[in-house]
Amino acid sequence: MTGAVLSKSPTGISGFDDVTLGGLPAGRPTLMCGAAGCGKTLFAMTFLVEGILKYGEPGVLVSFEESAEDLAANVASLGYDVMSLIEQKKLAIDHVKIDPAGIEDTGEYDLEGLFVRLDYAIKSVNAKRVVLDTLEALFASFPDAVLLRAELRRLFDWLKDRGVTAIVTAERGTGDPNQFTRHGIEEYVSDCVILLDNRVENQVTTRRLRIVKYRGSAHGTNEYPFLIDTTGISVLPITSAGLAHLTSSDVISTGIADLDSMLGVGGYFVGSSVLVSGLAGTGKTTFAAKFVEARCALGERTLWFAFEESPEQIVRNMRSVGVDLAHCLGGTLRIESARPSFFGLEMHLARMYRDIDLFKPTAVVIDPISSLRGVESEVHATLLRLVDLLKSRGITAVFTSLSSTDQASSINDRSISSLMDTWISLSHIETNGERNRLVYVLKSRGMDHSNQVREYQISNEGIAMVPAYIGAGGVLTGSARLAQEAQERDESAARDELVMQKKRELARRRKAVEQQVAELQSTLDAEASELDSLIEHSDEHKRLQEADRARMAQLRRTKE
Amino acid sequence: MTEQDSPTPAELEPNAAGTPGACLYSLRLYVAGETPKSMAAIRNLRALCATHLAGEYSIEVIDLRINPQLAAADQILAIPTVVRHLPAPFRKVIGDLSDTERVLVGLDIRTRAPS
Repeated sequence: MTGAVLSKSPTGISGFDDVTLGGLPAGRPTLMCGAAGCGKTLFAMTFLVEGILKYGEPGVLVSFEESAEDLAANVASLGYDVMSLIEQKKLAIDHVKIDPAGIEDTGEYDLEGLFVRLDYAIKSVNAKRVVLDTLEALFASFPDAVLLRAELRRLFDWLKDRGVTAIVTAERGTGDPNQFTRHGIEEYVSDCVILLDNRVENQVTTRRLRIVKYRGSAHGTNEYPFLIDTTGISVLPITSAGLAHLTSSDVISTGIADLDSMLGVGGYFVGSSVLVSGLAGTGKTTFAAKFVEARCALGERTLWFAFEESPEQIVRNMRSVGVDLAHCLGGTLRIESARPSFFGLEMHLARMYRDIDLFKPTAVVIDPISSLRGVESEVHATLLRLVDLLKSRGITAVFTSLSSTDQASSINDRSISSLMDTWISLSHIETNGERNRLVYVLKSRGMDHSNQVREYQISNEGIAMVPAYIGAGGVLTGSARLAQEAQERDESAARDELVMQKKRELARRRKAVEQQVAELQSTLDAEASELDSLIEHSDEHKRLQEADRARMAQLRRTKE
Repeated sequence: MTEQDSPTPAELEPNAAGTPGACLYSLRLYVAGETPKSMAAIRNLRALCATHLAGEYSIEVIDLRINPQLAAADQILAIPTVVRHLPAPFRKVIGDLSDTERVLVGLDIRTRAPS
């Protein structure tokens, strides 16, 4: 029956075989307990039918509650044709009716009849899988609990001897929380115990599954959410994703050129998680839409989970800011809209998980995560699993989040920020009767990024950054920035004017001084020429005098 | 369900007193192999019928070891089980039938027993 390694029997239930690393213990009974409406019967039916369809193992269902017809009708919506499987001798259903009144016992007896029926059913289809649903119903019918327990013990031993893989379902006990089943039959089934749970929190139900015990095998120990919908049961072992995902150094554009330049590597890393947080009306969705547009333009598949708007509404609204999504919708873009209150967190997660599996996008937008209401720890756990899921598949994700206060980091942001690789914070400041939008990169793991708060404007052209005024007066935006700039321009002009004036004055002064110099020069020249003529006169006079003297001497000599 | 003359290879016992046509009580006893409990039940049932239902009964003994497919029709779980098909309504008692009082109550025989 078993070799060195415990052999396992896959259930065919997506996710469950991952959690149990292969399925239920082959050739042994497994106890599945849970309160009414947990999906025990559906789980067991799926185990049987998938066993027949996928693994070629015929099955037997001994039902203590429902007839074969009812069971067939219940799973018909999953596409299981139970009646045809019965006709093909691959499935046998024995409906054991329990007399509600109880049966008169008149002496010693045992439950050999049940064994005979089970044996007959197993032989009739050569069954490898057996389900007993719900065995504890016997307790209502047979008053002798001691005998019943002895017979149940014998039954489980018998099942083991047969080497059939069995699921025995049981109702969850209501009293002692340590007791899994109402009548404590877990003590007979020691190999594997699975607990199903269906809890209502905040008026939303969530189904969970836990493997309480699995002898001889490792298994996931958490409570795993599971989902019952038109595709059957899916267990979501998302927490098992871990942190072992591949990390890419490839970069993809944010769809906004100016934002690309604010991020050191020129965009988001492929497979990273990006948070765009901001107050109402800061354009979070527009940032996401620009990213989506850029991805779709490259022919990349993009999945958009919207919690606030319908697909048509998103397309219309984004057209007003120059983002045309209509032509991608249905092709590379898919928008999934659902009200946050429509499902529980787990259901949302499960839905997203499935849609991502089916659509296989390379980028995902979740708009906004702040709509997911619930206990904060649960929202956090949900997002953690979602981020893990996206990362493990290398999907780049943009999450938007509505900040609840003017403070950049509200509590909600803080608790999720550690999950995010890049956080783009949008805000607006109100001054002088206007609001202006600001963007800054709060963090971005693995890259250098701008520390600047940039003003941006959303117009019908899209998003455009405006360099914010940063000066002595602080950060100014909008008209205040314009006013400040005008003022600075004026001051600068005034200074220029002053310089010009000084220059002109100097020129004038220079001219005046030069004029004076010229005047003095000419006076000097006049005096010089006067002196010259004076010197000339004097020479003449001297010459004449000498001439006179000479003539006089001549005269005197002649008279002597 | 009144399969008084079911075509099964079961042990059919006509009434002991030999008054044909007066089988008011149609009883079917399910056993599994020749276990002490089964043998005791067969013995006890025959004795009880002879005492209380003289000439008014038929007993069919079905061994589920031989005919397991017959267990489902009468919803047999416990062994031994006696099923009263006739007269209506359908009645069932389990055990080796050693407690005669309870058998009579369970099969609702006492009221019809001749005083």
